[in-house]
Amino acid sequence: MSPPPSSRAIHRLLPVLLGGLLLAAWWAAWLAGMFPTGTVPAPDEVGRAFVGEVRSGRLGEDIVASLYRVGFGYVGASLTAIPLGLVLGRSAAVRATLLPWINFFRTLSPIAWIPFAIIWFGIGDPPAIFIIFLATFFQLVLATAAAAAAVPKVYYRVAEDLGLRGDEILFEVTLPAILPQLLTALRVAIGVAWMVVVAAEMIAVRSGLGFLIIDARNGLRMDLVVVGMITIGAIGVALDVLFARMAQARSVRWGVER
Amino acid sequence: MSAPVAIAASLREVGFAYGAVKVLAGLDFDVRKGELLACVGPSGCGKSTLLAILGGHLAPTQGELERAGASRTIYQDGGLYPWLTVAENVALGVPRGTPAAERARKVEDWLTTSRLSEFRGYHPHQLSGGMRQRVELGRALVAETDLLLLDEPFSALDYQTRVRMRRELVTTLAARPRTVVLVTHDIEEAVQLADRVVVLGARPASVRRVLDLPPGRRPRGPADPGVAAAEETLLEELGLT
Repeated sequence: MSPPPSSRAIHRLLPVLLGGLLLAAWWAAWLAGMFPTGTVPAPDEVGRAFVGEVRSGRLGEDIVASLYRVGFGYVGASLTAIPLGLVLGRSAAVRATLLPWINFFRTLSPIAWIPFAIIWFGIGDPPAIFIIFLATFFQLVLATAAAAAAVPKVYYRVAEDLGLRGDEILFEVTLPAILPQLLTALRVAIGVAWMVVVAAEMIAVRSGLGFLIIDARNGLRMDLVVVGMITIGAIGVALDVLFARMAQARSVRWGVER
Repeated sequence: MSAPVAIAASLREVGFAYGAVKVLAGLDFDVRKGELLACVGPSGCGKSTLLAILGGHLAPTQGELERAGASRTIYQDGGLYPWLTVAENVALGVPRGTPAAERARKVEDWLTTSRLSEFRGYHPHQLSGGMRQRVELGRALVAETDLLLLDEPFSALDYQTRVRMRRELVTTLAARPRTVVLVTHDIEEAVQLADRVVVLGARPASVRRVLDLPPGRRPRGPADPGVAAAEETLLEELGLT
């Protein structure tokens, strides 16, 4: 049973109220002189910097640049990791062969690949996309493999009885069966991809929210650093809400409800 | 001289092993066309493995199985696809290539017969255990399969639902006759429903006895002729007396 509308409105209002409280606490602490000069900007400075960045069009360009890199890295990782994860999930031999190596690479921080990314891909978008790809690829392989390996055997026996073969089993049994877990994995992965964009844009690019933060830090513009941080956080929340909405789709809701 | 009995499946010295673990050994019996054959045996003796072999999901590691036509299996619980609705699950059972109108008619027929019409848009987790089994039965019966394999289909249900489902199975099979192999640990269920009961021994399971049950109404009641004696015999064969 879904909560009544009044309860839903309160649930939506509570995070906004908390945000207002945090803002008030930040402002009060700044007015009380609790932060050494130049370390934390005042909220109104951040607000003015935000308006300036929006009016100049720079913030919009940086958002588009970061979304482009995250989009390419993330979609590329999803398109390659999910099929590989399905193979791993369905074949014990492939799993035994590849799993140790996937875990090996998964535990390496994507930042460790930065020198190789620059040597292999030069400057511009490709090295940043590569870093985002690496940050999400191995996670998605593991999550897909775990979900595919956990599909009850009885589903495949039923499929055999029903005369399903090859691709039909993949598209009518395996994929629908793992969709709820897969969507959760994709939701976690988009958060990671968005988190890594700052590190990825430290290298060889001159646009994006990560670059905005690094560039502002170099110019000691802490107000712009906070503008970049708040924008990244807000887009992260928006992406998460988008994935949460997708989890309400009829084809996956069963995974949450039952 | 009596007429020859038509055979739906024939097992000749069938054995099965998972690696070094022998599960079935030397099974030798026939499944007669149109009968309801129950298989009982101790827990873990390989009853479900036998059903998987009859269903073509496992190949015997010894002996031979002869079986004509297609089969459908109904599992204890969880055989329905949870991402599909009741109507979609039943529709999946209609053979591929069936025209859409015919498919819809078959699904509709079953939903009406099984009193599930108003639940057509529900998902399996929104149904009771008995309703889920009716959907499974529908998915199996909307196809003209020869052999229906039931793997402890009612064991996850409460007593009252179980009794009701046995009656529904009998009614359904009267309207849509099939050859049925029922694997159950429930002696009462086997005696109430079956034409014959195959008693399997402990693992590696072999046939201890094939018991013919008297003809008459189904499901048999406890006071029906031969029921008490049959239950007694089965309990003895299973070493439970």
